[in-house]
Amino acid sequence: MAYPHAHPREARVLSKHFGEKDAIPIDGWIERGGYKALDKALAASPDDITQIVKDSGLRGRGGAGFPTGLKWSFMPKDGGKPNYLACNADESEPGTFKDREIMRWTPHQLIEGCIISSYAIRAKHAYIYIRGEFVDVVRILNQAVVEAYERGYLGKNIKGSGYDLDLTVHLGAGAYIAGEETGLLNSLEGRRAEPRIKPPFPAQRGAFGMPTTVNNVETLAAVPHIVLNGADWYRQWGTSKSPGTKLFSCCGHLQRPGNYEVPLDFNLRDLVFDLCGGPPKGRQLLALIPGGSSVPIMTADEIDCDVSYEGIEAAGSMLGSGGLIAMDDSTCMVRAVRRMVEFYAHESCGQCTNCREGTSWLAKILRRIERGQGREEDLPLLLDIGANMAGKTICPLSDSAAVPVVSAIQKFGREFEAHIQDGRCTAVN
Amino acid sequence: MIKPQKSTRIVTLTIDGREVSVPGGTTIWEAAKSAGIEIPVLCHDPRLRPVGVCRMCVVDVGERVLAASCVRQASEGMKVRTSSDKIHTCRKTLTELLLSDYPAESRREGATGDDMLLALARDYGIDRSDIAIPAGDGRTQDMTSPVIAVDHAACILCDRCIRACDEIQHNDVIGRTGKGYGTRIAFDLNAPMGNSTCVSCGECAAVCPTGALTNKTLTVQIRPREQLKKIDSLCPYCGVGCAITFHIDPDTNTVVFAEGRHSPGSESRLCVKGRYGFDYAKHPQRLTTPLIRREEFYPKGPLSFAVKGERRGKPGGLVDYGEVMPAFREATWEEALDLVASRLKGIKQRSGPSALAGFGSAKCSNEEAYLFQKLVRAVFGTNNVDHCTRLCHASSVAALLETIGSGAVTNVFSDVHNADVAVVTGSNTTANHPVAATFIKDAAASGTTLIVIDSRETGIARHAHHFLRIEPGSDVALYNAMMHVLIGEDLVNHDYIRDFTEGFEALRELVKKYPPELAEGICGVPAATIREVARVFGRANAAIIFWGMGISQHTTGTDNARCLISLALLTGNIGRAGTGLHPLRGQNNVQGASDAGLIPMVYPDYQKVGEPATQKKFEEAWGVPLDPNPGLTVVEIINGALKGTIKGMYMMGENPFLSDPNSNKVRKALANLDFLCVQDIFLTETAEFADVVLPATSFFEKDGTYTNSDRRVQVGRTALQPPGQARLDWQLVCEIATRMGYEMKYAGAEEIFEEFTSLAPSYAGLDYHNLSPTGKLWPCPDPASSDGKQLLFGDGFPTPSRRGKFVPVEYQPAAELPDDEYPFVLNTGRLLEHWHTGTMTRRSKALDAIEPEAVCELNPDDLEAMALKSGDYVNLSTRRGTITLKVRASRGVAPGNVFVPFHFREASANILTNDALDPFGKIPEYKYCAVKVAPAQPPA
Repeated sequence: MAYPHAHPREARVLSKHFGEKDAIPIDGWIERGGYKALDKALAASPDDITQIVKDSGLRGRGGAGFPTGLKWSFMPKDGGKPNYLACNADESEPGTFKDREIMRWTPHQLIEGCIISSYAIRAKHAYIYIRGEFVDVVRILNQAVVEAYERGYLGKNIKGSGYDLDLTVHLGAGAYIAGEETGLLNSLEGRRAEPRIKPPFPAQRGAFGMPTTVNNVETLAAVPHIVLNGADWYRQWGTSKSPGTKLFSCCGHLQRPGNYEVPLDFNLRDLVFDLCGGPPKGRQLLALIPGGSSVPIMTADEIDCDVSYEGIEAAGSMLGSGGLIAMDDSTCMVRAVRRMVEFYAHESCGQCTNCREGTSWLAKILRRIERGQGREEDLPLLLDIGANMAGKTICPLSDSAAVPVVSAIQKFGREFEAHIQDGRCTAVN
Repeated sequence: MIKPQKSTRIVTLTIDGREVSVPGGTTIWEAAKSAGIEIPVLCHDPRLRPVGVCRMCVVDVGERVLAASCVRQASEGMKVRTSSDKIHTCRKTLTELLLSDYPAESRREGATGDDMLLALARDYGIDRSDIAIPAGDGRTQDMTSPVIAVDHAACILCDRCIRACDEIQHNDVIGRTGKGYGTRIAFDLNAPMGNSTCVSCGECAAVCPTGALTNKTLTVQIRPREQLKKIDSLCPYCGVGCAITFHIDPDTNTVVFAEGRHSPGSESRLCVKGRYGFDYAKHPQRLTTPLIRREEFYPKGPLSFAVKGERRGKPGGLVDYGEVMPAFREATWEEALDLVASRLKGIKQRSGPSALAGFGSAKCSNEEAYLFQKLVRAVFGTNNVDHCTRLCHASSVAALLETIGSGAVTNVFSDVHNADVAVVTGSNTTANHPVAATFIKDAAASGTTLIVIDSRETGIARHAHHFLRIEPGSDVALYNAMMHVLIGEDLVNHDYIRDFTEGFEALRELVKKYPPELAEGICGVPAATIREVARVFGRANAAIIFWGMGISQHTTGTDNARCLISLALLTGNIGRAGTGLHPLRGQNNVQGASDAGLIPMVYPDYQKVGEPATQKKFEEAWGVPLDPNPGLTVVEIINGALKGTIKGMYMMGENPFLSDPNSNKVRKALANLDFLCVQDIFLTETAEFADVVLPATSFFEKDGTYTNSDRRVQVGRTALQPPGQARLDWQLVCEIATRMGYEMKYAGAEEIFEEFTSLAPSYAGLDYHNLSPTGKLWPCPDPASSDGKQLLFGDGFPTPSRRGKFVPVEYQPAAELPDDEYPFVLNTGRLLEHWHTGTMTRRSKALDAIEPEAVCELNPDDLEAMALKSGDYVNLSTRRGTITLKVRASRGVAPGNVFVPFHFREASANILTNDALDPFGKIPEYKYCAVKVAPAQPPA
């Protein structure tokens, strides 16, 4: 069964078994080749595994795109302190719903990834920090963890290798900022999910003050495939800077929304119009957010690029988490941006002045523009506040809130001006 | 507070084109400051761990993101720009963002006058009317605390208050709640401040840079520092002796507000009493003229209902002057002083010097204490002089003098930081020595293993790694068992025992009889726990022992202290960093008053009465023959008054009616005196029995030196003019001496201090000049260059053998055990907000507002069994009397126990207490007697 839509142009590696109920229990997963990569990994040295992942060019799928193998190599090899792996399963970026599906359909894919990655970074304890709202997924994941312990994939002396690993599934309590890696670590420790100042980076001082690697679900789920099949196999897809495949969570004004896994050199326009079927009949694509609401908004004519990290960046946005949001010509951009900003204003942890106060200012100004009570000086004011929110705070939430505003004004300025000058919206009803 | 480790590595960086070299670990902000470059900042305070949240101090270090300079450490070769257009715009925008919700009037501008946000707004030339955003309406005020105003609209979420609460005071009350615009500082789980567990230490308001947390007006309208006069002085309350700056309005002669002042002993910290309890000095009930008892009020007796022991009239804290003042008439100083002198002289002539006695006070200065004992010894001609030290640490001092030859602490409390293990026993430190407790809590949070031993689970127990709840009065059994384990498992310091102690064999033989299993049956602590804690203590490289009244106020008080001293001697924990014996002294000057000789058996500096050479020394100094016999102690003097052997008394600042045990007996004793002169600032319960009342000066109205628990001698300065005709205490002592035929004349407190130090070798070299601004620890052989000796006895003890002596003691039960009729155990003590007999604190607006009425505490299970709940009234009765007061449920009190604070005149704990004495220290057993609890009706 394809899930929820499938398309022959996809390259389904991680999502191959989405929709297959039998892939969820451990036996079904093993039948499908599961835990073979783990056997291979445990026969190799941790540094060999790190090297394979480095060679594969796998980049972090949470949004920042940092090279995974490089991140692992920052972990101390004999620091005298315990190392930890923290899997970021807090997936809370608006428009993103890929990790949820990985865990729902292939929990053992993630667990196997966690075990191999923990082995590579010499961690004896891994945490999956999962968004608390994913109630059904948590149930599935917990069951899978129990199975993995029962089969000796977790616990003491895994498969006779002498390697021990415990895995804990830890539920978040509903804050967007808990998805920021250091906010996640604070939350894991039982504190408010307030991002920490870097440096020190988590590899130096992470969970409970110990060296920690934080990786996204999709990143970790890719690891078993890379370890089993090799770096070159993984590089058959994508570009040299962005190898492999990537899940895109496509939503908004699309005929066939859903998760699509494509090679990273896939054309973005094809993803939107071919795989997702484009906007509903009779509608024009107005704008596209390719990587979750924290990335710059693209206009419809900017999207003829490949979906690699560098491809989307060259086109003026970012790959981010792969949360693709399509907006057709019925969209009021002022309203859309205002709603995004209100999300950030609500989710700012409140630590940094720029973010706490800035997001609330942006929201207030956008609200009055939307109501037709905007002022001439509001657009420069928005840009000014945006400029002083970006690149000056502890974590990038402040930047994320400013980005859609600044890019929307730059690219859809006329819609804002129409609201301010004429008190009307240009959206097509 | 987390102290960042500074390395010896030097890094060189460039700040605004200038090369700066700093130790590794220095932040950019600190490095810039050292180079004279000020970077604006709101959230950072050098006393606090940097957090980098206000973002005002961001600088360009050549990265994508501007770095917060208060957090980012300087690194080799780093190039920093602290200002640029981009940075300037950022800071200006931040200021504007913060100002949009800012109240039109900042409470801080009206209070201390140092609003840092408005100062930045002025620097950046921001006109608040130009701000492009209307203020939000979600940020409210919280006025529920009696002392601190919370204005969330002025809060910039800089986190200073949170860190001050968590990391300076370790009270952990303030945190953040909410997200985004709704983020707020919050008390506990977002309770109103006044209903939270906040202890009103005010550290948050002291560090707040804006109008968010400000002190409320307590006396005259609070206003900026520059409009007020600054007096650097001390806190008048406890033995911690915190340094304070009082801000005075000279026009109204009023303290407007108080601030912590830097001193090694208190590091600018204060507690609720020090910061907010200063207004009693201006209370309308201050005595302003001398008073003489009217003839129709003889024979003498109590005047107010509370002192009569009757339960009628309105419940409440303060004496009704309408009830007591008619018994007195105003007099001139001449008449009053002549009367005092002639009556005392008459008694001396008729009944001999030993029919006279004097109670000095540990609230008075060293100078006053010295002169008072001189008056009693040289003029009255007796050694019947004592003070409240008898009631607090007399037993500790007796044990210390006996074993190590010195009654003072061997180390300062802040050195707990260097201890691997700290033992706090019989001390409700967070309530009674709150600022000392901050050092202990801080140490416990940063690596020191804290062992708390108490019959009550008090605030400090919450910070303990090991809390041992012992049965009241079972201390000796526990400590003997610990020593049994230490010796049995060879966790003792043999070298130390060989080189510095004597009497080890006898101790070893005695503690053999106390295996932990035996002690478990007596003290209720499981044998395994006793073993574990003994091992933790024994294995520590450095261990320090703090104790309080829970040790000393027992008939076995001296034995209890002997055990603690033996523990330290056994393990060699004296005389090194992080080690020591520290009986936490109660009053602000109990150490000094004892040093000055307000003790019947010793002259100043513990020079023994009865030793001919010493007697000769003082006879020569004072020019009169002295009584070779040691005098009577506090309770013995009261007993003497009851028997009629003590006929005349002079009391300077003591209130024995409330502070001494068995008030019903004290009442009879005081009424039985032929003549009583009370010198005080209010008409106390004791003064109701006076023939003459002399209006004296409060702490704020005089110069004097005070010696804290650490042995730190500090100068208290005149901040206020005395009210009415009230006169300096030392002048009154001089007047009485002179009128009794012994001329006493001094130019001022300084001259008295000079005479005292000339006779007290421990104080040699100290004078008012070298004691400023933060005092010195005695002894201080080189006051010009040294803070004084922090660690004592690293090389032996001031005993004849130069050795510390083990005094083994057997366990003995308390004097009065519970039985069927009186089934509960009564324990007395203090509350954080009140001081002793409440004379000062119940006349302080803030302190009285927090704890306005008498309460006792019982375990909720006991209350449930008696169908009682918090707020109900109970009768507490012992064989000596009954009091009626409200009950409060507390899990800190073990089942079967009752805790009664002794501050409350309307339900005086000492009506209940047992005046049985410790045979050595002569201290009464305040901490243990049998009591019954019965439901009572609320007062009509």
